[in-house]
Amino acid sequence: MTSGKGGVGKTTSSAAFATGLALRGYKTAVIDFDVGLRNLDLIMGCERRVVYDFVNVINGEANLRQALIKDKRTDNLYILPASQTRDKEALTQEGVGKVLEDLKADSFDFIICDSPAGIERGAAMAMYYADDAVIVTNPEVSSVRDSDRILGLLQSRTEKAEQGGSIREHLLITRYNPERVESGDMLGLEDVLDILAVPLIGVIPESGGVLQASNSGNPVILDTESTAGRAYDDFVRRFLGETVPHRFLEVEKKGIFKRLFGA
Amino acid sequence: MGLFDYFSKKKPKSAQLAKERLQIIIAHERVNRTGPDYLPQMRRDIMSVINKYVPIDEDQVNVQFEKGDDCDILELNISLPEQAKAVRH
Ligand SMILES: Nc1ncnc2c1ncn2[C@@H]1O[C@H](COP(=O)(O)OP(=O)(O)O)[C@@H](O)[C@H]1O
Ligand SMILES: [Mg+2]
Repeated sequence: MTSGKGGVGKTTSSAAFATGLALRGYKTAVIDFDVGLRNLDLIMGCERRVVYDFVNVINGEANLRQALIKDKRTDNLYILPASQTRDKEALTQEGVGKVLEDLKADSFDFIICDSPAGIERGAAMAMYYADDAVIVTNPEVSSVRDSDRILGLLQSRTEKAEQGGSIREHLLITRYNPERVESGDMLGLEDVLDILAVPLIGVIPESGGVLQASNSGNPVILDTESTAGRAYDDFVRRFLGETVPHRFLEVEKKGIFKRLFGA
Repeated sequence: MGLFDYFSKKKPKSAQLAKERLQIIIAHERVNRTGPDYLPQMRRDIMSVINKYVPIDEDQVNVQFEKGDDCDILELNISLPEQAKAVRH
């Protein structure tokens, strides 16, 4: 899960994605690559259960089993928290590769790498071994530009690219606001697709449910009432190969009664 | 402003502007990252040569770079401003 720009919804999306896969029975790990700015633990609601972290495992100070936190709500789901060290060199390429290999050997079906913002080491490490990249983009100029920048790195600075292959790219547009698109203040879905030319895997609407979910430490996908939760569920199903129409793209038409009385 | 004006007036939409600006800057950045390393410097050199004769802006030079199978194509497109002719009089 990558984006270049910060604050676009990578961590929110990583938590939702991992939970959605685990709910469908896949053994899933979600790893926080944001060294020094650990936050996935809060969004997953396991912040008080962190004992060891990703860097401890890389340095051999703990083994994977000790560091992986088993999710309390969802079976098959494990969280590997980021280190709070200030040493940005802590994530070595060999170390990251070894942890990912060990997870695969431990029969994990999916490993979700929650990338930090920027294009420095943490982001480079999160993408290096990927098979698939989900580019998380807000319909806003700096996010779109940074996504294009990241696409350039995905196409050159990954193991697959170095071996002459390519990784699968998926565009996930988040914080989409149909009202603002309709009024002409926000880039529309087609605009972003025209510019980035990456296959669309989902559109997550701007939703109050995301803040509520983060307040309580529940991945928003578990909130089946919220539009964002439902849109994330659609995204997971599409990733797994189902054909699911996109929802929440249009302004919800208020009935005449609501319009007259402003309900 | 009358009611009629309110409905008929077309404001330029900021999203449209955003899209146009993004298309230009991203095309530019893609050329710089896929093209050869000397491209940015060559572009500056070309700019300074042209500027000796006609004052032009950075955005009037359009560089396209395409990788082909047996050769790469570098395409330069320089639009001279209308009043450029007058400058030398
Ligand atoms: N669909 C959404 N609707 C509303 N708020 C959102 C949405 N997605 C993300 N946010 C908010 O945006 C902020 C940044 O999200 P986060 O997932 O931490 O981004 P990143 O990991 O890319 O920095 C958070 O406050 C989060 O609650
Ligand atoms: Mg984050």
